Amino acid sequence: MDMNQPIGITPLDREGGLVGRPIDRIDGRLKVTGRAPYAYEIRDLKSPAYGFVVESAIAKGTIRRLDIDAAKRAPGVLLVMTHENVPEQGEKKEQVWPQLQGTEIRFRGQPIAFVVAETFEQARAAAALVKADYASEKPQASLREAKPHAVEPKAMQTPPDSTLGDFDGAFAAAPVKLDVEYTTPVQIHAQMEPHATLASWETGPDGERVTLYTANQMLNRGQASLAQVLKLKPENVRLISHYIGGGFGSKLQPQPEATLAALASKSLKRPVKVALTRQQEFHVATHRSDTIQRIRLGADPNGRLTAIAHESWSAATPGDGFYETSANVTRALYAAENRVTRHRLANLNVPFASAMRAPGEAVGQLAFECAMDELAEQLKLDPIELRIRNEPEQDPEKKVPFSTRQLVACMREGAQRFGWDKRGAVGASRDGRWLVGMGMAAAARLNPLMPSQASVRLNPDGTLTVRMAMTDIGTGTYTILAQIAGEMMGLPVERIHVEIGDTAYPKAAGSGGSFGAGSAGSALYVACDNLRQALLTQSGLNPEGATFAEGRVTSGNRSEALADLAGAQGVEAKGEIKPGAMKEKFSQHSFGAHFAEVGVDADTGEIRLRRMLGVFTGGRILNQKTARSQALGGMIFGIGAALMEAAEIDTRSGHFVNHDLAEYHVPAHADVPAIDAVFLPELDDKANPLKSKGLGEVSICGAGAALANAVYNATGVRIRDYPLTLDKVLDGWEGRAQRRT
Amino acid sequence: MKAFAYERPATVQDAARLASERPNARFIAGGTNLLDLMKLQIETPATLIDVNRLPLAEVADTPDGGLRIGALVRNSDLAAHPRVRKDYAVLGKALLAGASGQLRNKATTAGNLLQRTRCYYFYDTTQPCNKREPGSGCAAIGGFNRIMAVLGTSEACIATNPSDMNVAMRALDATVETTDAQGASRTIPMAAFHRLPGDTPQIETTLKPGELITAVTLPKPVEGVHLYRKVRDRASYAFATISVAAIIAKGEGDKPRLAKLAFGGLAHKPWRVEAAEAALVETGSVEAASERVLEGARGHGSNDFKIPLTRRTLRATVAEALRA
Repeated sequence: MDMNQPIGITPLDREGGLVGRPIDRIDGRLKVTGRAPYAYEIRDLKSPAYGFVVESAIAKGTIRRLDIDAAKRAPGVLLVMTHENVPEQGEKKEQVWPQLQGTEIRFRGQPIAFVVAETFEQARAAAALVKADYASEKPQASLREAKPHAVEPKAMQTPPDSTLGDFDGAFAAAPVKLDVEYTTPVQIHAQMEPHATLASWETGPDGERVTLYTANQMLNRGQASLAQVLKLKPENVRLISHYIGGGFGSKLQPQPEATLAALASKSLKRPVKVALTRQQEFHVATHRSDTIQRIRLGADPNGRLTAIAHESWSAATPGDGFYETSANVTRALYAAENRVTRHRLANLNVPFASAMRAPGEAVGQLAFECAMDELAEQLKLDPIELRIRNEPEQDPEKKVPFSTRQLVACMREGAQRFGWDKRGAVGASRDGRWLVGMGMAAAARLNPLMPSQASVRLNPDGTLTVRMAMTDIGTGTYTILAQIAGEMMGLPVERIHVEIGDTAYPKAAGSGGSFGAGSAGSALYVACDNLRQALLTQSGLNPEGATFAEGRVTSGNRSEALADLAGAQGVEAKGEIKPGAMKEKFSQHSFGAHFAEVGVDADTGEIRLRRMLGVFTGGRILNQKTARSQALGGMIFGIGAALMEAAEIDTRSGHFVNHDLAEYHVPAHADVPAIDAVFLPELDDKANPLKSKGLGEVSICGAGAALANAVYNATGVRIRDYPLTLDKVLDGWEGRAQRRT
Repeated sequence: MKAFAYERPATVQDAARLASERPNARFIAGGTNLLDLMKLQIETPATLIDVNRLPLAEVADTPDGGLRIGALVRNSDLAAHPRVRKDYAVLGKALLAGASGQLRNKATTAGNLLQRTRCYYFYDTTQPCNKREPGSGCAAIGGFNRIMAVLGTSEACIATNPSDMNVAMRALDATVETTDAQGASRTIPMAAFHRLPGDTPQIETTLKPGELITAVTLPKPVEGVHLYRKVRDRASYAFATISVAAIIAKGEGDKPRLAKLAFGGLAHKPWRVEAAEAALVETGSVEAASERVLEGARGHGSNDFKIPLTRRTLRATVAEALRA
């Protein structure tokens, strides 16, 4: 099915259906009992060897000499792979680079060797014996210093710049103006499961092939890039990721450990497994770049925006072109005739920047939604009212209607539930030693649909097997797929076998960009619809008014058990979804509004969240429980972004100083008090056949800004450099200039 | 991790003897810090001497009304001990402010005393660090040093002692009991236990090689309000930016009659300036006390905030104690 027109009435529209119910995860029991094996825990392959990545200690320069003699002689060592003996590789694809190529160093943490031994401990001990002699050069690791030399990047899906009308003229003429700079730091995905791969390279009669049990969000994309780098045909590269312990974008593409394990397995003719250590995660794998964002807003005295400019600078490793699309969402958020968005990219000798949960929107709205708060303050308008006055009738840049847009409804519902009317004047509320403030922010995130395929098979025992190379990164994909198939076929979830996480199955979108559930679920919907047609045709039942319920298909006065229709062989059907005209004819976003109440210790400046609410719309909610959990997770990301998360770069050496979870802080339980997420009813018939929209990312968008705005409301200190740590509050109170990163 | 020999001596005496005989030996108890450091090859002991089964896990009253805490008493157990809760609340509060429940269940009293710094550069073997590799330099000076010291630093090292427990022990005037290979015991006052970095930051305590901590003894309780104020970047499971352990007894008006104040996060050792306490008791002026505490304080860029933060936190803590 190509999504060329609104979907109309579907079987999923049934009142009280299975889809949407808050059922427990069908893989939940396996996970909490330790029976859901992650890549590193796979025991299907006999006697794997263990690899350990040796990282570059410098950020820029060349390797003069690599002394591996001691490592080679160390107990248990099977292989020390370096640029001198690594198997031949192909060209890079996307951000998957051939490994151990030459002696040039571009970032700290670049793999310079891969040590493989009989045990993990032996590999790690031997890795420490690899001694590199470098010709080191001074790295450029400061975005601030490199900013003047930043260039226009190559477009990623959307152009880096957009202009509409005459921004300069309108801004100059605007009676109310805001011109502010916000900065956001490097953020780390910090997913629970590290990057890990068990690779097995085999040479058979029909050539060479490799199987990777690996932690990967988008298997078919990974398959294509690894095939190119490993010089294999894609069909000879198999990726298996049955269970994944979080990704947040860090596993959208295979990371160096996957390529290295495959190459080592090729050399050793033996399975090789490897996991990055937590410290290695920071440098060997990817992060979200720091950003510098300038926002200029011009408005009339009534708060109607006349001019919007949002410019963003981010950093990439030399040779790479990934940029943080911070200003993209600004193109669709608020009305104004005159607009500019611009992205610039600086080359820094830091590890690879890549996509992290809501790439672009997350940090873009950290900045932009605070700028709106600042403008509201200037105009003496309620921040919600300011946003309502700038609600566009259609997408302000694409000039097409929104498929759905309930931003105003989200703000109003949230305001009512949260008690927004009790928000005091700046600095006016106090609870003991705590200065108390409330803040809000809008949330918006693009809703993409990706091509995806699925197969379903009605088995002789009346159960249904669903197959696709989809992944579940902890979001509940297994469960919502079972719900969709169950509802379509009239089967309880216990009778649905969801088999995903293997490129041996039909190509699927994977998990990322908030497109996972919508894309994979739609492919499944189509496959089930095809299976229904096949069963009706086969049984001769009248398709008119036919219903699938309780393991039977019924039409008129005839009814057949699905198990009987399956026969001895079973019945199979396939389905495919592709984006179509709806993508261009409508602007598709998920929307929401965040409300936060913080306390700021009047003595120490410590900031603690007191309560938080997110109200979201994401089309049809496929499972109220997993959706809510995911939304809460996004909000907690926002707490981290607002208050604590920052990988600090030492610009002398180009490394992330606090590269472990003791000093790179993500919220602990005590940082997350009463928070709640609710969804407003919505169906988006232009988005996909499920009428659902992405939920994985809208909940992080704007979340941190709500906290930052609450801190301002509590203290009168406007901090424009994330995260909002206590030292910056003290600087504000004691009249010191804000230090800028 | 480098391969190492593992020994599990049966007696305190054997443990101390082994430690003095074996080159590069380390005692291991909870291992909550040592094992992490070994994985990163920051600590590379040739021998680990497991002391977990030694009979050092008792908490007992002393004849003079104090408390003797065995070296192996776990942090969780110590915090929950009735006498700690009743008479040494500042210690219980400090313990519970540290680490996580899981870590406190493993970590021991002696191990906590010997907890090593969290300096980012100490933890990164690609970076120069005089503490890890004497003579290599200090990358924290001129680098990102938000968690580093502002008092008692040297050109060689600006690391802090990260322990919460140690700060309370310092305020309580605890003493550390040890035994050596010859079976000789001695006691070391907390004030003399941890060292300032000077030009030998790798030497963190006044323990002699092979000397084994057997207990920590608290003097008889001091009357007053016990507070431990830990200022941190997240609500739990974070090392202190700075902390204050305070025992304050109310006197006439706004003046305390007695004050014992120790500070964490400021220096290579728990920081205590008795003259500041005297100033507070004499004048009632927290500002005067702060000046004494912070005499010679110097920020290194990203940790400049610790100086005003210490003043503010002391003011708030004293006020809270006098209100109580």
